Amino acid sequence: MRALDLDYMLGLVPVILGYVPLTLFMAAVAMVLALLLASLMAVERVIKVPVLDGFVRLFISFFRGTPLLVQLFLFYYGLPQIFAFLTQIDGVTAAIMGLTLHFSAYMAESIRAAIVGVDRSQWEAAESIGMTRGQMMRRIILPQAGRIAAPTLVNYFIDMIKSTSLAFTLGVTEMMGAAQKEAAGSFRYFEAFLVVAIIYWVMVELLSQAQRQLEGRLNRAFAR
Amino acid sequence: MIDIRGLTKRFGHQTVLDGIDLSIEAGERVVVIGPSGTGKSTLLRCINFLDRPDSGTIRLSNLGVDAKAASRADILALRRRTAFVFQNYALFANRTAKQNIMEALVTVQKQPKAEAEKRALAILAETGLSERADSYPAALSGGQQQRVGIGRAMAIGAELMLFDEPTSALDPEWVGEVLDLMRRIAERRQTMLIVTHEMQFAREIADRVLFMDGGRIVEEGPPDAIFENATDPRTRAFLKRVRSDGSA
Ligand SMILES: Nc1ncnc2c1ncn2[C@@H]1O[C@H](COP(=O)(O)OP(=O)(O)OP(=O)(O)O)[C@@H](O)[C@H]1O
Ligand SMILES: [Mg+2]
Repeated sequence: MRALDLDYMLGLVPVILGYVPLTLFMAAVAMVLALLLASLMAVERVIKVPVLDGFVRLFISFFRGTPLLVQLFLFYYGLPQIFAFLTQIDGVTAAIMGLTLHFSAYMAESIRAAIVGVDRSQWEAAESIGMTRGQMMRRIILPQAGRIAAPTLVNYFIDMIKSTSLAFTLGVTEMMGAAQKEAAGSFRYFEAFLVVAIIYWVMVELLSQAQRQLEGRLNRAFAR
Repeated sequence: MIDIRGLTKRFGHQTVLDGIDLSIEAGERVVVIGPSGTGKSTLLRCINFLDRPDSGTIRLSNLGVDAKAASRADILALRRRTAFVFQNYALFANRTAKQNIMEALVTVQKQPKAEAEKRALAILAETGLSERADSYPAALSGGQQQRVGIGRAMAIGAELMLFDEPTSALDPEWVGEVLDLMRRIAERRQTMLIVTHEMQFAREIADRVLFMDGGRIVEEGPPDAIFENATDPRTRAFLKRVRSDGSA
């Protein structure tokens, strides 16, 4: 056993930190897209549009039922063999797409559950004043469902940040990729990956704290 | 003004409304009384299509809706010309008192926001809730919530206001303020259809009282006739029962 090379690690921190923006970029873009897609699917699952409902259920079932890594490989390495135009997609785009589809399937289920969890009286009151279904969803139901689902959705975001490390397998030089390259030169693999782990850990801890504050705020919301 | 013919509603095998015929004149205040489970709420809910009637027609001035053939547009039109006050208030939890009243004006009637806000503030003043304009429902007492609920219904400017036991969920201390507000609305000759167990109030406010039992209107007439000289034994038995409960 040898001692940890702390100097090496400290030197590596700024290098890896330089890739944090890319990680956050992938996670943030995928999160926004996944939220949109998940909300649409959740609303569809509640009002059950004929035919479409079958597709949505299949989609959710597939993306929840298979590993993210397999999905990413399928998109990035597999699909271009069938659809030639997909060869132009770079690793970052493919990773964002994969994360979006994968997490939207999970988030659709939590948003659907939250929508169903909104008190019946809220639906009836909205109906009674003559709102259309779209108005009712946008103005009354989804805001309240969002409040119910928010803590879970933040958890998915945290999960998503960690999952961006899989972009490494698509040839993207993100935090993991950078650490791998550095370690390949120095043979200090343990130190390099430990730095990556700590940086992820700190990011997630900061987010968890933000999450706790958000929850406090949400609990007080609508209570003035 | 409103003309209901043959309104029928079943839940499973149970016939809850059994061919209701009911006409209400403009400005008339009609109170519905009757034992629990006889379809009073269902009648009001069917008029608003919160429950979809199985058959029958509802005519509101120039708008005719046949339950069997009602399109989404028919239903929206009917809902926009009627207003519903719920037993449990059913205020929008994510909207303040003022926003609850503005919601239909802004979203459904597409009024400019400033205009809707002015109207909402006037209604809040009228309901004695000006200081609570920016409070969310969770921060209001039951009586305040129901006054906002009534304010929300007033804002619509509906031809017909439907009240489903508006004071039944309230602590006794809040009942008076809600009934007072309803009296003020009644004084303006707003057309109202009210389900209530407040017999004294019914007597005061009603132009006509309907007694419902088993999904039918068993007896109807001016309040004095119903409360003093009911002819149907079911009506008499019901009134006797509520009187001995001390609620009238
Ligand atoms: N959604 C529903 N599904 C099944 N049965 C229902 C439903 N709504 C009402 N019912 C039944 O229909 C009957 C009439 O109910 P309704 O609520 O109209 O009575 P009500 O006269 O308003 O009674 P109360 O004085 O207790 O409010 C009851 O037997 C009730 O159980
Ligand atoms: Mg009832």
